[in-house]
Amino acid sequence: MADGREHFQRELQKLNDLILKMGGMVEKNIFNSVEALKKQDARLAREIMTSDDNLDRLELEVDDLCLELLATQQPMAVDLRFITTGLRIGSDLERIGDLAVDIAQRAIELADQPLLKPLVDIPKMAELAEKMVHRALDAFVKRDAELARGLWPDEDKVDHYRDLVYDELVDMMSKDTKAASRAIPLIIISRHLERIADHATNIAEDVVYMVEGKVIKHGPK
Amino acid sequence: MTNIIETDKLNLFYTAFQALIDVDLKIERNRITALIGPSGCGKSTLLRVFNRMNDLIEGVKVSGSVKFDGKEILDNEIDLITLRKRIGMVFQRPNPFPLSVFENVVYGLRIHGEKRRSVLEAAAEKSLASVLLFDELKDKLNMNALGLSLEQQQRLCIARLLSVTPDVLLMDEPCSALDPFATMKIEELMTLLKKQYTIVIVTHNMQQAARISDECGYMLLGELVEFGETKQIFTAPVNKKTEDYITGRFG
Repeated sequence: MADGREHFQRELQKLNDLILKMGGMVEKNIFNSVEALKKQDARLAREIMTSDDNLDRLELEVDDLCLELLATQQPMAVDLRFITTGLRIGSDLERIGDLAVDIAQRAIELADQPLLKPLVDIPKMAELAEKMVHRALDAFVKRDAELARGLWPDEDKVDHYRDLVYDELVDMMSKDTKAASRAIPLIIISRHLERIADHATNIAEDVVYMVEGKVIKHGPK
Repeated sequence: MTNIIETDKLNLFYTAFQALIDVDLKIERNRITALIGPSGCGKSTLLRVFNRMNDLIEGVKVSGSVKFDGKEILDNEIDLITLRKRIGMVFQRPNPFPLSVFENVVYGLRIHGEKRRSVLEAAAEKSLASVLLFDELKDKLNMNALGLSLEQQQRLCIARLLSVTPDVLLMDEPCSALDPFATMKIEELMTLLKKQYTIVIVTHNMQQAARISDECGYMLLGELVEFGETKQIFTAPVNKKTEDYITGRFG
């Protein structure tokens, strides 16, 4: 293809790879944060924090590369959309990483006391949220706007689970006030998982923009 | 009417070679319209249609319609002198006459019969001021224009057009002989001039088209492939061929 733009194409590929690397780490951290919660495994929870430092470094690398390409290559059209989307996805993934760290911190708090109840909905939420991140990045790699649009129903499901978790835990606390110290972290975790799903949705919206040039965020989908 | 120039099914042949194919284009008043495309795509030919400059080339046949201010300009009856007074052209290489700065600016007025010194002087001052040259050159109006810098020469050529109060300025690669700083100053000038004039520019410099134009057309092999708002053309063009060209994948 490109006449004389091979270097630029290689740099774009590098950006693609950096984002995928971040994505892989983020998915793993979401999974492990809820594993640490379920298995009351404080050591696993701490690993997530170390991994998050690497994620932060990768985000800076993505920022750096995007700014360099914008400044030096005068990207246009699809390339311009790819790079600005890359910047946004990098920041969404970094935020997701922070939320996974926060879940891990709650898991550490809860590691040395018996769980309030067997976890059912939170693992389902985590699985959905992780799947959404995975699909959003898959859509990014495949430049597939339809695949990105496939995320919208899952976002509603995650919201629904968050409401279920909230109602159930509030009910438990109203019956037994001593349950609060173990219920509130779980409510916070469900809120974080819902935020992760929101970030995945942001990524999917950006992918639609990248592929079709249409802005769909903050509007009816 | 906001469209100052409109073409409809415009076709142009250089003898057997078809240089323009069914071009439908609307140019809005007081806007900068850029035409981009690879060498030989027909963009300069199209520009020259607007003031009938192609008439000077042997074997040119034109069909279709080109309306300027609602009036057909392909008609044989059209007065070319008047047309070219209202639609002036700036070229790649500044082409001042080997005359004084003053005589360059008032050249058009003299040709159109103006003899009154006061009118010529007022027009020279106004035109030079419009291209931000008057303060620089007011004490050097008698110097030979060929002694000016290239950027000043290009400004002077624009002033020469302005003295006959045109409506449209056609610019064919007006900055290609200039360094980046001079280019930037001419671009600034263009954005000032569009308040009073309509500008159509042909440029090989895509960043220049992106920076200064309001509307942009992409031409390829004689066809106007895509025409639209500049912002849209450079962020999300509709046609794949446009995208390939502006992202450098063309070829």
